[in-house]
Amino acid sequence: MTGLTESADCAVQQNQGGLDVTKLTAFACRELLASGEVSAVELTRAYLARIAAVEGAVQAFLLVDEAGALAAAQAVDAKPRQERGPWEGVPIALKDILCVKGVETTCASRILKGYVPPYDATVVARLRQAGLIFLGKLNMDEFAMGSSTENSAFKVTRNPWDLERVPGGSSGGSAACVAASEAPWALGSDTGGSIRQPASLCGVVGLKPTYGAVSRYGLVAFASSLDQIGPLARTVRDAAALLELIAGRDPRDSTSVGLPEPVGLPEREDLKGLKFGIIKEFGEGVCQSEVLEVFGRAVAAIEHLGGNCEEVSMPSLERGLAAYYIIAPSEASSNLARFDGVRYGYRAPGCQDLYEMYVRTRSEGFGPEVKRRIMIGTYALSAGYYDAYYAQAQRTRTLIIREFAEAFGRYDFLISPTSPTVAFRIGERVADPLAMYHSDLCTIPVNLAGLPGLSLPAGFAQGLPVGLQIIGPHFSERRLLNAAYAIEQALAVEVAAPVERLAAEEANL
Amino acid sequence: MISREEVEHVARLARLTFSEEELVRLQQELGKIIGYINQLSQLDLSGVEPTFHAVRLINVLRPDEPQPGLTQQEATANGPVVEAGQFVVPRIG
Repeated sequence: MTGLTESADCAVQQNQGGLDVTKLTAFACRELLASGEVSAVELTRAYLARIAAVEGAVQAFLLVDEAGALAAAQAVDAKPRQERGPWEGVPIALKDILCVKGVETTCASRILKGYVPPYDATVVARLRQAGLIFLGKLNMDEFAMGSSTENSAFKVTRNPWDLERVPGGSSGGSAACVAASEAPWALGSDTGGSIRQPASLCGVVGLKPTYGAVSRYGLVAFASSLDQIGPLARTVRDAAALLELIAGRDPRDSTSVGLPEPVGLPEREDLKGLKFGIIKEFGEGVCQSEVLEVFGRAVAAIEHLGGNCEEVSMPSLERGLAAYYIIAPSEASSNLARFDGVRYGYRAPGCQDLYEMYVRTRSEGFGPEVKRRIMIGTYALSAGYYDAYYAQAQRTRTLIIREFAEAFGRYDFLISPTSPTVAFRIGERVADPLAMYHSDLCTIPVNLAGLPGLSLPAGFAQGLPVGLQIIGPHFSERRLLNAAYAIEQALAVEVAAPVERLAAEEANL
Repeated sequence: MISREEVEHVARLARLTFSEEELVRLQQELGKIIGYINQLSQLDLSGVEPTFHAVRLINVLRPDEPQPGLTQQEATANGPVVEAGQFVVPRIG
């Protein structure tokens, strides 16, 4: 971490020159670079300085690649401006589930400590090609299993709006880093809500694209039929631009199909003629009343913009959580069989034979929640239980898909709160796995059906962010982002968390 | 909901081992989780086709052209024990 002091000094000078990263969107970064007002190195140094200033309080990063980021920024500055692509020199941070060639990628697990991928994930290669600057790797729940980022083997990330609370998860580092202005935007991954729920809890925009819109090559696999990579950003326009950068068919992921049309720049100003279905099952009795109050104000804003809102009952969604906790652990137990101490990562020392090496490596390398899910999945797939659990869950999935398809025959979009509650206290749900699993109640059915879902900052309850979830039909990202943009302009919610003030208050206690 | 023997059997299948204390807690936790997911086994879903992928794709092909892959050195660089370009493991039991 040497050199951070030097860059901090540099950024102080920059701040005096008016470069306050807490005010910057990715589009603003792009404009500053295009006009020549700042260089890529100056911009990168400003973010590194911000990280140095607030990371002690937030703990979003597992690795800050200062040298790599500055070298990449220098290479951008060395190119004539007219030869650069539009996003060249704009910094970004990546969830530590994405492989970056030559940079340690751990998935926040001891079993992958020290793993240095020999290749880039496809999304990383695309961003590299576009000239983005990688600031570092972000904390997460181990192997993306969790809803609070407390399952990281390495550190606990704190919510930038209240340092005693969780940022959500599993992409908690991604959401916290954007809320704390440590990067203009970030990539996360979403298997049951892992982009949208932390985006909601940290008050930023998070989008899970349609299954297949983005290549999963180089994303460490959790549940392959549900996983999808997506953007976390301060604004809908930034999220749209980042989606455009990463989406596309990839021969290396046979489930990827890309998007049918370019996302473009969201610019819709009203919602006239659009019908929104409010999912009844995610209302009273499921969500905190304060969350529902904020949600109600978002509904009023949608109606004020000319959108039509009415309640719709989707009873099969109530089975989503149970189906998910069969399907996701089953796929995980199979995917995580590859961690055996042979080809990469941790190997337990001093083992006498191969079986002992497998068992000790896995038992010492995986954390409690990962083991719990491997056990559930192995149980559900084991002889005699397959039909009762796995096949039944996949049939339930069919019912959920049908119910969404019917609803989209009547509505353009479906809406609900993203998370039933605001950010909870660190430690509050650790002892009760089922309580933790309920954090993803409203987001899970969207993954089961492979739909795009977006969490938009809707306001605050008890000073903590509340997210509005907007769900669209398959491959409707362009329309979804345009609708979200109109709502975002109407709500005008603050997205920059007051981390420095909170950290100072904490220091004075 | 799940017996001690079943937990131990599943652990063997999953190539995991647990301390006595962990086993007691796990049996309890898995019992609760399985109790919750058990609600599905009571549903009559006969005649409903299972979904394995939400976005159905059939026969995705790419041109069958040779591409350079990782070198042996790159492929083995992360191996805990590597000798002569190969992964070394303890003897099979």
